[in-house]
Amino acid sequence: MNALTSMMLLPLLGSLLVAVIPSDQTLRIKQAALGTTLLVAISGVMAWFKFDSANTSFQFVQIAQWIPSFGINYAVGVDGLALVLILMSVLLAPVVVLAGWNESEGGRWSAKVFYILILVLETMMIGVFAATDVFLFYVFFEAMLIPVYFLIGGYGSGERAAAAVKFLLYSLFGGLLMLASIIGLYVISGTHGGHTFDIGQLSELHKFMSPTTQNLLFLGFFIAFAIKAPVWPLHTWLPDAAAAATPGTSVLLLGVLDKVGTFGMIRFCLTLFPDASKTFTPVILVFAVISILYGAFLAIGARDIKRLIAYTSISHFGFITMGIFAMTTQGHSGATLYMFNHGFSTAALFLVAGWMISRRGSSTIADFGGLQRVTPVMAWSFFIAGMSSLALPGLSSFVSEFLVLVGTYTRYPVAAVIATFGIVLAALYILIPVQKALHGPTTPGNENLPDLNLREKIAIAPVIAVIVALGFYPAPLLNVINPASAHVLEVQGFTDPVPSESAGK
Amino acid sequence: MTTSTSLVYLIALPLLGATILLLAGRRSDKWGHLLATALSASSFGVGLYQLSQMLNRPTEERGVSQKLFSWISVGSFNVDAGLLLDQLSICFVLLITGVGTLIHIYSISYMSHDENRRRFFAYLNLFIAAMLLLVLGDSYLNLYVGWEGVGLASYLLIGFWNQKPAYATASKKAFVMNRVGDMGLSFAIMIAFATLGTVSFSGVEEASHTASKAALTAIGIMLLVAATGKSAQFPLQAWLGDAMAGPTPVSALIHAATMVTAGVYLIVRSNFIFDAAPTAQLLVVIVGAITLMFGALVGTAKDDIKKALAASTMSQIGYMVLGAGLGPAGYAFAIMHLLTHGFFKAGMFLGAGSVMHGMNDQVDMRRYGALRKFMPITFITFGLGYLAIIGVPPFAGFYSKDAIIETAFNAGGVKGILLGGTALLGAAITAFYMTRVMVLTFTSKERWEDNQHPHESPILMWLPMAILAIGSVTTGFLFTRGHALVNWLSPVVGEHAESEEMLLQPMVVSGLALLAVAIGVAIAVMKYQRADVETVAPQNVSIFTRIARKDLMQDSFNEAVFMRPGQALTSLLVKGDENVVDGAVRGIGRTALGAGASLRKTQTGFARSYAALILIGAIALIAGIWVVTQ
Repeated sequence: MNALTSMMLLPLLGSLLVAVIPSDQTLRIKQAALGTTLLVAISGVMAWFKFDSANTSFQFVQIAQWIPSFGINYAVGVDGLALVLILMSVLLAPVVVLAGWNESEGGRWSAKVFYILILVLETMMIGVFAATDVFLFYVFFEAMLIPVYFLIGGYGSGERAAAAVKFLLYSLFGGLLMLASIIGLYVISGTHGGHTFDIGQLSELHKFMSPTTQNLLFLGFFIAFAIKAPVWPLHTWLPDAAAAATPGTSVLLLGVLDKVGTFGMIRFCLTLFPDASKTFTPVILVFAVISILYGAFLAIGARDIKRLIAYTSISHFGFITMGIFAMTTQGHSGATLYMFNHGFSTAALFLVAGWMISRRGSSTIADFGGLQRVTPVMAWSFFIAGMSSLALPGLSSFVSEFLVLVGTYTRYPVAAVIATFGIVLAALYILIPVQKALHGPTTPGNENLPDLNLREKIAIAPVIAVIVALGFYPAPLLNVINPASAHVLEVQGFTDPVPSESAGK
Repeated sequence: MTTSTSLVYLIALPLLGATILLLAGRRSDKWGHLLATALSASSFGVGLYQLSQMLNRPTEERGVSQKLFSWISVGSFNVDAGLLLDQLSICFVLLITGVGTLIHIYSISYMSHDENRRRFFAYLNLFIAAMLLLVLGDSYLNLYVGWEGVGLASYLLIGFWNQKPAYATASKKAFVMNRVGDMGLSFAIMIAFATLGTVSFSGVEEASHTASKAALTAIGIMLLVAATGKSAQFPLQAWLGDAMAGPTPVSALIHAATMVTAGVYLIVRSNFIFDAAPTAQLLVVIVGAITLMFGALVGTAKDDIKKALAASTMSQIGYMVLGAGLGPAGYAFAIMHLLTHGFFKAGMFLGAGSVMHGMNDQVDMRRYGALRKFMPITFITFGLGYLAIIGVPPFAGFYSKDAIIETAFNAGGVKGILLGGTALLGAAITAFYMTRVMVLTFTSKERWEDNQHPHESPILMWLPMAILAIGSVTTGFLFTRGHALVNWLSPVVGEHAESEEMLLQPMVVSGLALLAVAIGVAIAVMKYQRADVETVAPQNVSIFTRIARKDLMQDSFNEAVFMRPGQALTSLLVKGDENVVDGAVRGIGRTALGAGASLRKTQTGFARSYAALILIGAIALIAGIWVVTQ
């Protein structure tokens, strides 16, 4: 069977398995969910090895008619970009399940529902990156909202209902704009060779569009994606959602779902509307740079640890967006690598923060203090995750962040220079909570917190291992990403700027 | 260039130590410090082996390289994980691992009562590995990894006792100020890639022959910014004094002998850029001259022995930066002063640690006095370092500092007179504040607090001090004999043609410098040896003293110009995000929710409100389609 389709079916089967296990056998349910996500992860890694990185066309392609009267197909396939994001998603899923072993407790519904939602969500996460039919993509894009909505609203904490609704409203609004654009594309395709939603055929359509049409359709997609991977000023749903969601849900939300936004910018905005992309690049770069600094300042000012992490992500998504629209191979490959690395470093931050919060019973940074001497392993895990977030050289995020900066500088030096100030702000937004929570004297309420248990150590160790390993040796990912980035830019007609001092030689 | 397969062991050995000690945790408490010391010593052994190999090769084949793997490769941006050991980096390798190993040995005893000694040694090994990567990397990006790696080690070690909030703050301050400098390094690399198309040392050197002055000047200035951060040079100097919060061996190794000199390494390594960018080079000497004076002035007012030594370090690195800014004439002297300083300043810091060890961790020199009788070895080793730093012949500092002063004077014109004069004045002030330290600590009357029983330190502590003291005595002579170091480094930093016209002959400079030293010493002796010293710093002092005590207002300035506006901006943005950005959206949201709520009057529950939202969505959707298809 097709590697992608089977990867999508596995979690669905797992959710059926979970559904038939009696509700009171919580441990069985958790084991079934963990087993399923591990199987998916293994099949993801196998697909990774089977993938031919030299080939820039879609691989593992499967096309089946779905709604023939509208030309809608079940069509899947991956290039290097999609494969990297699918790999990230399926690797993070078992970590999230294992790390958040007890997250389903205290929810509105049972553990069973929780894991069914998680598994269904995993299917959609794979589908949204694998879809090569624009309508199929849209279906996954919207359908993903449902499990996340229930995960936040049903199992979160604090103002979970309000946060869930806010998340949903934002996303629906973006989805609507995108749908309008998709229908527009569909209509245009009808007059140029027949109705279709196939991304390959749609990518030829821009030649027949007026600039205005292209710009409008581009905006429909872009705004949807800018909400998803929150770009200032469309970001305010994210801190609320991240603060309300369980840590595991936050990992999936920020680590995976938000990447659909930046993924979509490359896959749809750039590929379908190359001229409009060029038109809007200056504006988008401005918003990206604002996001970098704005997210960082808000993170510095955050008092709640989950909100802090959410704001750091807004800053990081600014970097990714900037890298994408810099239109250089370094910017593009850096942005894609950044998506992967951000997934892991944010996962580490959220999971450890989640453990800290559940032990302390508070997510306010000021309530912690001196944890380094009480819970050294937990404190170290948080510290390393933080170092990854501030892109310390030697850890994975540095490679991607530097590639984005250097790739942006060659074409848009001003944007890159301003963005670089973000690295100083990053030092502040990480070291301030590190100092407050981990250093200083052990404050009342923290004296007896237990350190990480074996399950938690097993969950966090591979995440940290990936962060360290890719910092020193990013080649396995870059080898897959580079041809895809180069291909996108080639289709766009961009070549990297030539070094200015050697131009005359 | 010759290739080698053993360079990586220099870094791998201490890195292995750090990894084992951190992962094994408390299980390695019993033997962790021994393993770390052994691995640091092994790295020194590899360094000596490399030196012997290098000496066996003809001059032009002395450099060796090792390519480990392709690290980052995207488009034309190709950076190997590659190492380069040449005449310049071997000096650093031996300094880092040699002094580093001595400090490991010292710390076995110094930290023996600390329950986290193992963690301390893990950090020390981590530092050694990162510092070696810094000096061995064959490109600016590899250097960057070591550069921030030592910053991390420094952060961890300054905050080793971070249960004290002030120490935790000091470590954060060091990291953040260093990051400001690191931004400079980022910019330099970006500019190098965008203009020259490469970031490797050899590539940039080759391209620098034909590159425009504008590009090289931009790169040079950004490298200088990086150097000011790491080497605590004006205007990014304010973190170094606070960094003394770390255990004293750390101050000796990281904040005196090695890490803080990385900026000098960066400038000397980039000699091909600065030689072709006179404006950037001029800025280098200006920064060096300002800082040597800044540090010296601060040094006169500090009563905390470690902070006095830290101010002195800043000032001495100012000399090195000044030397490095003087081009081919000064590079070798900058490195020579860096090496001699590595011996005498590390030795003095260890001596300060020994004094603190014998005085219940007292750091206030006003509560010292007459320790000469109780700590004779510490007194002698510290004293030899003292003679070296103030520049008394034939001690090491005499050779290296005089060379810089002389080169400064001969830089030509008004510039030469200004730079030479500053360096000379700095020498006098150095003699003053170091004599003050010496007198207050060792020779003046006892001013101890109650229950002090000063005693000499154990052999594990005084032996490293003694070895460093020997270096303080001999290295200057050894380096200058037959221009040994200058000739050794010239293949890397370039030959310097003897200038035809010298403003001042070497003998004259030495005479002036000795006179300056004598004046400085005399004033200090009169002020502190002859007179009674108060045990509490007098408050009715001149405004100059007060400003010097506050580090020339560096913190007040940074707080007023950067910190408070930054905090104000942050809280403004936080409020704005809640009320303006989110508020605008909430207004829209409330309207939609209002619709949802009215539907919910008859129905309750999540699924139903979701259904309501879908309804709203569907209506908007149909409207949207209608608009597009018109």
